[in-house]
Amino acid sequence: MTGIIALYIFMLAAFTGYEVIARVPVILHTPLMSGSNFVHGIVLVGAMVALGQAHTPLEKAIGFIGVLLASGNAVGGYVVTERMLEMFKASGTRAKPNAKGATG
Amino acid sequence: MSKFWRADLLIQASYFVTAVLFIMGLKRMSSPVTARSGILWAGAGMLVATLVTFLYPGMTNFPLIIAAIVVGTGLAWWSGKRVAMTDIPQMIALYNGMGGGAAAAIAAVELYRGEAQSVPISTLAVVGGIIGAVSFSGSAIAFAKLQGLIHGSLRFGGQKFLTLIVLLGALALGALAASQFNASPAVITGIFALALVLGVSMTLPIGGADMPVVISLYNALTGLAVAFEGFVLNNAAMIIAGTVVGSAGTLLTQLMAKAMNRSLGNVLFSGFGDTAAAASAEGVQGSLKPIDAADVGVMMAFAQKVIIVPGYGMAVAQAQHKIWELCQLLIDRGVMVKFAIHPVAGRMPGHMNVLLAEAGVPYDLIADLEEINSEFDTADVALIIGANDVVNPVARTDKSSPIYGMPILNADKAKNVIVIKRGKGTGFSGIENGLFYLDNTRMLYGDAQKAAAELIAAIKAVG
Repeated sequence: MTGIIALYIFMLAAFTGYEVIARVPVILHTPLMSGSNFVHGIVLVGAMVALGQAHTPLEKAIGFIGVLLASGNAVGGYVVTERMLEMFKASGTRAKPNAKGATG
Repeated sequence: MSKFWRADLLIQASYFVTAVLFIMGLKRMSSPVTARSGILWAGAGMLVATLVTFLYPGMTNFPLIIAAIVVGTGLAWWSGKRVAMTDIPQMIALYNGMGGGAAAAIAAVELYRGEAQSVPISTLAVVGGIIGAVSFSGSAIAFAKLQGLIHGSLRFGGQKFLTLIVLLGALALGALAASQFNASPAVITGIFALALVLGVSMTLPIGGADMPVVISLYNALTGLAVAFEGFVLNNAAMIIAGTVVGSAGTLLTQLMAKAMNRSLGNVLFSGFGDTAAAASAEGVQGSLKPIDAADVGVMMAFAQKVIIVPGYGMAVAQAQHKIWELCQLLIDRGVMVKFAIHPVAGRMPGHMNVLLAEAGVPYDLIADLEEINSEFDTADVALIIGANDVVNPVARTDKSSPIYGMPILNADKAKNVIVIKRGKGTGFSGIENGLFYLDNTRMLYGDAQKAAAELIAAIKAVG
């Protein structure tokens, strides 16, 4: 990938991130932060490559820690985000349907 | 077409799909209706990218890779499944720090190998490594503070100066390593050691109330570090996902800081959060007027519209389930019930919504500050439970108050204001609350959960 192409990708991805989040309601701030935290867990693939190409014991040790931390980021981020979002329900889908429609 | 080529094509195509799934997943996560599917989409993307990476050309050390993934996944799965919803913010900090540490580890391996091709690439490796290491140690401190492992904020004279020296030292060593492709291991080790110290010394002075903004900032920084290491490894999935999180996280950080009436510079370089206690009660007149649960029950049962204002105190007392039970009784009587959530009602913006969702409150009954503030005029009862500063009218009037200018919920505009409160002390920030002394305010003293149970009994007694 040439430098200028990489720069374009960087610029476009930055605008994408901004636009995707721009209209998020406050009620989803915490799950969304957790979700974006999960997304940068993609660092796992880089850590795998780094460890996969490591030669010396030092490189292997650091690479091992990298993969371990990265999989913690990805899996932990996924589990807590999924747990939070699973609970978001509208009135119609409540377990105890006794609202009588008298809600705002 | 060689075997190498086919594997490469499959990997690139899979990373492309992953990038699409990530962006669409994040998009879906920004609306409550589709949010659940959003994380599933993003999760599928992560799975695809991880599996295909095993085919990467020239990979060795597979037993080590698999062992690290199994251990990391096991620990994170176990901790993520059992953490209480009130403790979610510090777990986000912890997982985020792990990502930053992983980015730093990639940088370290690449720099120790000394195979960076050009000055721009080795510069990106160094900068990404420093940012990742700062995010790692800074997030660890944020976790320790919110978890209660570190109390208060450590500040001493010349601290900012020391932090600046550490930053400059890390940058100087970084410049040295980036300019020569094969820097000595001592220089590389020095960069990371200083960067780790920097994260600690940046985060220690920041008060607990400002921690959400800091966690959000480190989330954005980790994204950026991941993107930079993506450039080093020539990995498009890392570049795109990291950059998207970097910019989305920056926006989210600004939104949070704005909601808390704090600028990012203020959060990082001043140090409110736990020093404001000296504020006087000037301009606050009147007396605290107590009330019985039975009277409040009657008042609410015959109201047309009740607005609940929950604060973190309610979550600490685990009262949200009882409060929702109370609301269901009122709804069954035909009372219109709404929850008014201030952006800083929980430990971080949106945290209170998660806690209410856990108790079973549907999200369409929950309104944020802008939606609800015009509705307090028409509310018969505003029930404040565990909230304090976010309903303090002093923020509108008293220029000398530390919370002056912070957007507040206009609970004082309701016909009757009921405050459930443990005792007569001041809130998190130590600022006297003018709302408690108003003519239309009554204080219901007691533990939030117990008070809610008494209110339920009182409403049932009305029949």
